[in-house]
Amino acid sequence: MLKVDKLKVGTLPPLSFAVAGTECLSIEGPSGSGKTRLLRAIADLDDVDGYVTLDGAERREMSGPQWRRQVRYFAAEPGWWAATPRDHFPSDSDPGKLERLLHALGLDLSLLDRPIGQLSTGERLRMALARGLIDEPRVLLLDEPTAALDAQTTALVHELIRFQLLAGRIVLLVSHDPAEIERLAHQRLQLGAQSRPDVDHRHLLPRRSIAS
Amino acid sequence: MSYVPLSWLDVTAAAVLIVFNGVLSWALRLGLERSIAIATVRMVVQLGAIGFVLKFVFEQTSPLLTAVLALVMIGMAGHEALARQESRVGGWMAYGIGTGTLFFVGLLATLYTMIVVIGPEPWYAPQYLLPILGMILGNTLTGVALVMNTIVQAAKRDRAAIEARLALGETRFEATASVVVHAVKTGLMPILNAMAATGVVTLPGMMTGQILAGIDPVEAAKYQVMIMFVIAAATALGVMLAAIGGAWLITDARHRLRVGMLGLV
Repeated sequence: MLKVDKLKVGTLPPLSFAVAGTECLSIEGPSGSGKTRLLRAIADLDDVDGYVTLDGAERREMSGPQWRRQVRYFAAEPGWWAATPRDHFPSDSDPGKLERLLHALGLDLSLLDRPIGQLSTGERLRMALARGLIDEPRVLLLDEPTAALDAQTTALVHELIRFQLLAGRIVLLVSHDPAEIERLAHQRLQLGAQSRPDVDHRHLLPRRSIAS
Repeated sequence: MSYVPLSWLDVTAAAVLIVFNGVLSWALRLGLERSIAIATVRMVVQLGAIGFVLKFVFEQTSPLLTAVLALVMIGMAGHEALARQESRVGGWMAYGIGTGTLFFVGLLATLYTMIVVIGPEPWYAPQYLLPILGMILGNTLTGVALVMNTIVQAAKRDRAAIEARLALGETRFEATASVVVHAVKTGLMPILNAMAATGVVTLPGMMTGQILAGIDPVEAAKYQVMIMFVIAAATALGVMLAAIGGAWLITDARHRLRVGMLGLV
């Protein structure tokens, strides 16, 4: 169970909600409404007031790296630091698991040793997904995972997300695609426009608050 | 071989040359007369003052006075290292890292040179200590300034890569490793170039000075080689300390990139 309690993201009113294992929460809202900042705050990549607990343990009870090994943020534009995708995977990754992951995402194994710059945007996006899933984090914070993908690869990613949910993972999904949200989300969180002067706070609360 | 002292008249004869610069500026309408005049006066006053200060300090041979002067030099070097940054990031912390590094490295390298290498009597003889500290500081400061600048600029550029690594559960030092390596390489470039070019392209100032003062060129070369070793080691140590300090500065205790401090928000 991932619980967010009074999290103060940017100028939004404090956010509180909970997502259980096997559940997917979609996060919607116009550009600039704080969707990415919310995911970054949950991953403890930004210094934000409030509480985030995973199975009863608050993020400050452990080191940042320990938290982020369980609560994984997937950026909309993934970053790379080495020459080939393979250099980004832990050297002790199970080769069989890696192969299955890439296969599920429609990625050829030979892409692993291609220079990063030669991969297409969609291939890089899916490769980053594989990289973030190889060590099996409990919580997946997905920032528009299919925005740059075609229909076919989008279906593969959806299938993988559903598989992750079946395995008991918690998924938070930022998306602009109503069909995607319809297909995957069990709960929906609507964030309002950030800079509206007459902010109605009720709009900023979870549309369907979940009792924990 | 002997040393020819300069009379004040000789200095005046050389000063005529700077007047030529002024005339050139006026004839070509460069508008630099004022700048040339200010620079000339500053140079004469500063060098004259330091000449008298050093003369006084050398005559005293007081450990306290030497220490005070050494600290002033370190403070100035720390200030200079920060003044050379493209962007002011980190405020007092950055100042502390820069000056702290220069203090530690300057002290260590100078003490080693004075006690182990040269061994003058007394060991803190200001006539040796202050110029050696100056040479060490001058070079280390270039390295430290480059490192701090490179770390900040590279972290801004590679934000996505650093945060991707942090998001995967790496520590602040793992995630910034490539930035640190890049910064260390950049910081060491000037001293490595200087070592490679010395004696072929340039004749180092200290060696030139010793030769003009009538020292055997081979003896002067020996001194220069010794000081190059010291400077290179001091710069390498300073560059590495500053790089680790820089990586520490741009991240926080929860292993997050300080995006606010880097001006990335």
